Amino acid sequence: MSLNPLGDFTRLHYKRRKATNILFCSLMVVSTLIVVLALGAVFGYVLYKGLPAFNWPFFTSLPKPVGEVGGGMLNAIVGSLIMVSLGGLIGVPWGILTGVYLSEYGRGKFASTVRFSANMLSSVPSIILGLFVYVILVKPMHRFSALSGSLTLAIIMIPTIARITEELLKLVPNHIREAGLALGLPRWKVTLRIVLRGSFSAIITGVMLAVARVSGETAPLLFTALNNQFLQFRLDQPISSLPVQIYTYAISPFDDWNRQAWAGAYALIVFVFLINLITRVIFKPTVKGLN
Amino acid sequence: MSILKVNNLNAWFGEHRALNNIKLSFDSNKVTALIGPSGCGKSTFIRCLNRLHEETPGASASGQVILQGENIYVAGVDPVRIRRKVGMVFQKPNPFPALSVFDNVVAGLRLAGIGRKSILRDVAEKSLKLAALWDEVKDKLNQPGTSLSGGQQQRLCIARALAVEPPVLLMDEPTSALDPISTAKIEELVLSLKKEITIIIVTHNMQQAARVSDKTAFFLLGELIEFGDTSQIFTVPKEKKTEEYITGKFG
Ligand SMILES: Nc1ncnc2c1ncn2[C@@H]1O[C@H](COP(=O)(O)OP(=O)(O)OP(=O)(O)O)[C@@H](O)[C@H]1O
Ligand SMILES: [Mg+2]
Repeated sequence: MSLNPLGDFTRLHYKRRKATNILFCSLMVVSTLIVVLALGAVFGYVLYKGLPAFNWPFFTSLPKPVGEVGGGMLNAIVGSLIMVSLGGLIGVPWGILTGVYLSEYGRGKFASTVRFSANMLSSVPSIILGLFVYVILVKPMHRFSALSGSLTLAIIMIPTIARITEELLKLVPNHIREAGLALGLPRWKVTLRIVLRGSFSAIITGVMLAVARVSGETAPLLFTALNNQFLQFRLDQPISSLPVQIYTYAISPFDDWNRQAWAGAYALIVFVFLINLITRVIFKPTVKGLN
Repeated sequence: MSILKVNNLNAWFGEHRALNNIKLSFDSNKVTALIGPSGCGKSTFIRCLNRLHEETPGASASGQVILQGENIYVAGVDPVRIRRKVGMVFQKPNPFPALSVFDNVVAGLRLAGIGRKSILRDVAEKSLKLAALWDEVKDKLNQPGTSLSGGQQQRLCIARALAVEPPVLLMDEPTSALDPISTAKIEELVLSLKKEITIIIVTHNMQQAARVSDKTAFFLLGELIEFGDTSQIFTVPKEKKTEEYITGKFG
């Protein structure tokens, strides 16, 4: 006998709840597995195809002329490093500052315009941003250049970084800011040294994801940095990059180049993976100690 | 002697008037309790005393607040300078995220440009002792401020406010989120801090007001209804409204 007059009902209810619970838990597990499997499949396949050409000369030598076997992607690796770093140097501070403005100071029409533009800009296909830089920089300079490529990458990352920063800063409760102000600190110091400081590791993680993202951009670089079969460090000259070099090699009819394209793809994945890993290790939330 | 004097203070949130012609003066080295039902303007009032009220979008205030002889509501007065003299403790403990206990306490000094380790260490120890927290955290100075318990966090916030040595300390329901033991600690703290500074404390707890304060002000609907010695307010209030509120008839 049950003390609860609704006993049967409750038991039924309980069973149903349990069934629903199991259903949704399994759905979650399946979705997770699919994501992990997809990642594993991509990684595994690229590894399988790329490993044959993924050797020391790949990193240390320049492309050989058509017909000669061997050679590497040194030019593209250096080019990518240059453009991603310079792009980051321009785009990261710009994006973070825009995000700080939007979250901490941005009120009224101007701010909502900026916010709207950032949203629009982050959904504009990157090839269009490449065309934009083509018009404003490549045409006047009369040449493709590392500078144009870097600027393109910067423009691609700015809206993403700005939005990430804004969202993260908005998570900081307002009474934290007030506590800073109440200590007799000017607002800019509160913003920089307390609010931004408090979310710094999260912001950096988001920023690095954006940087990793642009390191795989291909199409906009075709209009801006083009490619270069030689190793070069000048900003006003065309420069190679991993994605463009992969593209060039992948559509070529030569087996050796195809193999190298796979190795390049593998290198790119490893690069992106390393960026993610490093940020996670270095910038996991820590507290600055006394000493 | 009065350290802080308020004349004809009015405060608005946009069109909504939250304070109406408040006139009140605070004696130095005394504890004044502000009581009144929810929404009557206590928080608004103390936030006017350090000019924090105007940081709320759309909020404004007018009138005179005279701190140590200087009207802080005339044009040209830098609120940042005023806030160094009028510290504040909030209802919810709010240690700065990602800063250690130590860094939290010295934040006010360090961000004002005082970088000498020896000074900061001394100030941190002194403030934490004043806030009755030193013994509990002296081995955890490097841990995040947010890793302390709620009551400890609140005392950390008190230490942080004390570190810049303000002559006046505002406390907005500092114990409403705390357990009885932490509450008792903070009440003791208020009583002992009185030697150093002037304290204005908002509370919903009548016993607390009676225990810690020398003077009590009763607010209702943005007006100051009655102000006087705590013993008088709680035994023979002059106003009928005060009596009704204290005896729990409303509020
Ligand atoms: N940010 C705000 N925007 C608009 N109106 C506000 C804001 N904060 C408070 N008010 C209004 O101002 C009046 C006074 O509020 P206040 O916070 O000072 O009350 P209080 O006495 O501190 O109440 P409590 O005891 O609940 O903390 C209330 O009518 C409230 O609705
Ligand atoms: Mg309040």
